[in-house]
Amino acid sequence: MWPGRDRCAIVGIGATEFSRDAGRSELRLAIEASVAALTDAGIDPAAVDGIVRCDMDAVSHVALAEALGVRNLTYWGVTGPGGAAPCAQVAHAVAAVVSGEATTVLCPRSIAWASAGGLGSAMGRGAGGGAGGRGSYEELFVPYGLLAPASTYAAVARRHMHAFGTTREQLGAIALACRARANANPAAQMHERPLDLDTYLAGRPISTPLGLFDCCLVSDGACAVVVTSAERAADCAQPAVSITAVAQGSGPGIQGGMLSSVLVRDDPLTWPCRWVGEELWRRAGLGPAEVDVAQIYDCFTPTVLIQLEDYGFCAKGEGGPFAASGAIGFDGSLPINTAGGNLSEAYIHGMNHVVEGVRQLRGESTSPVPGAEVCLVTSGPPPATSAMVLTRAA
Amino acid sequence: MTTVAKPMPQPTAVSQPYWDAAGEHRLVAPRCRSCRTLFLYPRATCPACLSTDLDWEQLSGRGRVYTFTVVRQAAHPAFTEDVPYVLAIVELDEGPRLLTNVIGCDPAEVRCDQPVEVVFDDTGEVTVPKFQPVAG
Ligand SMILES: [Zn+2]
Repeated sequence: MWPGRDRCAIVGIGATEFSRDAGRSELRLAIEASVAALTDAGIDPAAVDGIVRCDMDAVSHVALAEALGVRNLTYWGVTGPGGAAPCAQVAHAVAAVVSGEATTVLCPRSIAWASAGGLGSAMGRGAGGGAGGRGSYEELFVPYGLLAPASTYAAVARRHMHAFGTTREQLGAIALACRARANANPAAQMHERPLDLDTYLAGRPISTPLGLFDCCLVSDGACAVVVTSAERAADCAQPAVSITAVAQGSGPGIQGGMLSSVLVRDDPLTWPCRWVGEELWRRAGLGPAEVDVAQIYDCFTPTVLIQLEDYGFCAKGEGGPFAASGAIGFDGSLPINTAGGNLSEAYIHGMNHVVEGVRQLRGESTSPVPGAEVCLVTSGPPPATSAMVLTRAA
Repeated sequence: MTTVAKPMPQPTAVSQPYWDAAGEHRLVAPRCRSCRTLFLYPRATCPACLSTDLDWEQLSGRGRVYTFTVVRQAAHPAFTEDVPYVLAIVELDEGPRLLTNVIGCDPAEVRCDQPVEVVFDDTGEVTVPKFQPVAG
């Protein structure tokens, strides 16, 4: 049995408001979300002894530890890239707690890309300069104008359509499912904006076949969660949510670079999620059939499409019909992204998915799935990814 | 005219021969001398057997569109005037795949599996291999 199974719990969750312009720094946002998570847990911020960051987070572990008045930081780590981080941050936290490196580990994600002008600007890809170097392989991609992540996922979606007959309407079912849950969530950026299929199909084209409503939001905001041992969790303020299993993985054929190079994989329609899924289900002693609710990383609609297949909810190629069947809606067999996801709640790079997973199992979601006991949370693929199974602690 | 220059390929020690060949209007790929694997993008070691004993081999420059997207909203000011433009993964007849632009046609006419051939774009400081449709 996997030695981390149910050994740790998420005992605190925190979030700022989500907006297009928070009007304050990433550090300030990280502090607010972290203090909220620690207050939720009933843990003195000074008692935090571990911090695990996302590699794209502007906030350093030392800056955050200083702001929290941490007495002794004994463990710190970083993972990613980017959206691959949130579940992996929790994986590092579990490893630190189980191995004795730390007792109380904070996993924050603070982002201010909306006010910075979007991911393209935030990534600082050089105007007029050279592209490539440092193992990025970008000299083979960027000069052609492959700059927006939307284009990478669009090319995947196009091939999926060609190979399996997937339609825009089926991708639209993913966008609509997320939007409907955002409409029920007052904290979601799209709370007051309903979306129907005609509006989805008429969305401004971004990178064909993807349009405006296939793309996640850009946001300012922060989320944080607190991980500790199952024993300590029993003394915390909130019902503990057990980290039954968490896994990171690349699968075979890992590639340098971040996003672009995945397009030249042997099979760009099968992602690291397939191997992470196999390992996750093995570690959890559960399978996709036992999942009551899922928070599936959704930077773009095809990101969800591929994961529905790779995590085993349907066969390869059947993600479109599965999504359009109603299965991913609130009343379906696999309600997804019950706070709205990256597509409609906020783009906190997937840490909002972790927060919502905990809320579901505490019964605190704005779209509570009746009797939910098992929640899958996934983080961003490719080039390597992470995911976890949360359960309501006994 | 756009005033923002396009990002030019910045060759590395590994990819320099690829770009040098493009400058001579030849499309090349590394082939492993140990296991004979032909691969792109250029890497320092063979992805099949880890050998560093690599050769550069000239390719036919013919292939098919494996997948593509028509970029309708530029993510960088240097590409604003190019919109709409086609980003495509081309599977070469020899097997390896590469990212490129399909040019010389209406973007709306590009299809998966469409036959294409290499053309060399000399407009920037570095010659860049692109592709155009050919009769199937
Ligand atoms: Zn070899």
